[in-house]
Amino acid sequence: MSTHPRGVRGSAAIVGIGATEFSKASGRSELQLACEAVSAALDDAGIAPAEVDGMVTFTAESSSENHVARNLGIGDLTFFSRVGHGGGAACGTVAHAVAAIEAGLASVVVCWRAFNERSGERYGLGQADRAMDTSADRAAYSWMTPYGLSTPAQWVAMAARRYMHEYGATSEDFGRVAVVDRKHAATNPHAWFHGRPITLEEHQASRWIAEPLHLLDCCQETDGGQALVVVAADRARDLAQRPAWVLGAAQGQAADQHMMTSYYRPTISGLPEMGVVADQLWRQSGLGPADVQAGILYDHFTPFVLPQLEELGFCGRGEARHFIADGHLELGGSLPLNTHGGQLGEAYLHGMNGIAEAVRLVRGTSVNQPADVHHVLVTAGTGVPTSGLVLGDVA
Amino acid sequence: MSAVEAGAGETGAVAGATYDARLEAFVGAVLQPRTPAQDPVNVPMIRHWVEAMELTDPVHLDVEAARATGREDVVAPAAMVQAWVMRGYAATVRPVAGGGRFAELVDLLGEGGYTSVVATDSDLELVRELVPGDHVSVEEVVESISPEKRTGLGAGRFVTTLKTYRDADGEVVATQRWRTLRFAPATPQEPAAPEEPAALRPRPATNRDNAFWFDAAREHRLVIQRCTGCGTLRHPPGPMCPQCRSLAWDTVTASGRATLYSWVVAHHPRHPAFDSPYVVVVVDLAEGTRLISNVVDLAPEDLEVGMPLELRWLDADPDLTLPVFGPVTQED
Repeated sequence: MSTHPRGVRGSAAIVGIGATEFSKASGRSELQLACEAVSAALDDAGIAPAEVDGMVTFTAESSSENHVARNLGIGDLTFFSRVGHGGGAACGTVAHAVAAIEAGLASVVVCWRAFNERSGERYGLGQADRAMDTSADRAAYSWMTPYGLSTPAQWVAMAARRYMHEYGATSEDFGRVAVVDRKHAATNPHAWFHGRPITLEEHQASRWIAEPLHLLDCCQETDGGQALVVVAADRARDLAQRPAWVLGAAQGQAADQHMMTSYYRPTISGLPEMGVVADQLWRQSGLGPADVQAGILYDHFTPFVLPQLEELGFCGRGEARHFIADGHLELGGSLPLNTHGGQLGEAYLHGMNGIAEAVRLVRGTSVNQPADVHHVLVTAGTGVPTSGLVLGDVA
Repeated sequence: MSAVEAGAGETGAVAGATYDARLEAFVGAVLQPRTPAQDPVNVPMIRHWVEAMELTDPVHLDVEAARATGREDVVAPAAMVQAWVMRGYAATVRPVAGGGRFAELVDLLGEGGYTSVVATDSDLELVRELVPGDHVSVEEVVESISPEKRTGLGAGRFVTTLKTYRDADGEVVATQRWRTLRFAPATPQEPAAPEEPAALRPRPATNRDNAFWFDAAREHRLVIQRCTGCGTLRHPPGPMCPQCRSLAWDTVTASGRATLYSWVVAHHPRHPAFDSPYVVVVVDLAEGTRLISNVVDLAPEDLEVGMPLELRWLDADPDLTLPVFGPVTQED
């Protein structure tokens, strides 16, 4: 029994996951990708479109809930919301769904994200020449793009250099994250880099993108869609799939937060917004770092995996490089990382594919399934206001 | 591997007298032996040409008009001589294997790295006008192959051939001196002389909350927003003081002294306003706020966390002036 009269733990579960293929050129509209992913997730759950009463996506999504609902035959919606800040939204979509369910605003909520991020508008090309307006969000770029600081890789590189300086981390410490991801992707048939593992030497030899980031520190760009179905606890118990219970679901933004360039804080070698998420997740779930058997940590760029491990309490400040070098992230380690291959290995789906992998881990159906997985931690985009989840096999 | 082989491998070019001699051997070679046109000169094709080229001279289609000029029949437009002997659509999309001497020359040029082609000159000399019923043939002979020339397209050789057009009796009706440049496409990786960036730096999006800063920069003043309620400095600027929620503010002018906090060496993607790789920095201003900027007169390998820097001004273009930082030159 939960110690909270009302709370996240046990109030809802993810009971359906569905995705399109992950590609570099889908050849179809983003709306169609969204419809295919949501349809597949509903089929996986054994739930009819007419039963859906809530929908949540990213503010970055190009297809609004009315378009997706109209195409899928979803009828009346009583709850719909959007979460901002790019990949930071991923777990937040589930948090919104759980909040709506707990508040009685909806009972069957679809969360999704679909885009042609590779064949359409590529984030990796940077913000340098995007249209200007006078909003606060747009004006924030004024402090970066005139100096040529316009891409996510560059934004992360600035913090990574500082992390290296303060803790003695090296490019090889970042590279070990990429090697683990690609190793796990190599055995995942749905991964773009299926069958293509890399060595640390290959990581070191890959070209510079934004020093200190090599090419192989950077995630892919992907076309595709991924959807999840979140339902209330009573409904979760009588469905086909083993429920992935939401034990913790949290969003986090920290003091002096910027979009990827929180360079004005006293120190920039941590990710305090992830610390905000971590505190809530452990409190909501009643669990701690020692209680999770696998981690899906957001990996758009390898350097930010290290401070995440620290913010989440798996190791002390500056110690992540040792934690990684000691093999904890391997299958068989204490925290197998990104068993699907992560966004470096499987696909860049703004973190939503990582939530699907966490569901598979709880179901016991990951292609790289570690033994005895009961609790899985998932995080969303780093460097931005973010979010996280703890999923488990028991409510 | 010998040094010569290594050099050839790097440039992809085949150097030395042997190659020139092999090219020279093609001068006088018959690239195309006398080959008859597929169809005789005919009115329907003349009509297509006249309409497509919007020719107005009636002598090409109107027999009466042609006779009025002393001709016996309509005459084909002179420039059509090349059209009569073209291979036609089918041969273009499904080339017949075995290209003979022409293919050999193309291969040899390819061996030298001259893989691209552009036509540069066509000097046509007409001996007599062609009339319907004429059956034209063409023969092509190499006249000259130039030494390597540097061109805007890349290093290449001008290949000049002479095409001789004859009628069914073997009489010459036209000659055409045809010159092409066979060249090695210039690669963008070639070290280019430093030149003016091809594009302007990205514009700042200015609004009521930040325009003052860019206006001051245009006057070469690096300012920092200051809360007039509690005196706290803040950057990037905003409408409200996070310390005391005052909406009142003014600015102080920064001393220009700074230290290096972190930096990025940006390689990809390239942007036309910046010469990649370039350095973007975050500096700690002496006043206590931080600023994203660029460095000047410092190479990436010169950079060290904590090193002192001093303000310079970059007048990037008439509408954009930015504070940048260089090594300290003045001791105070």
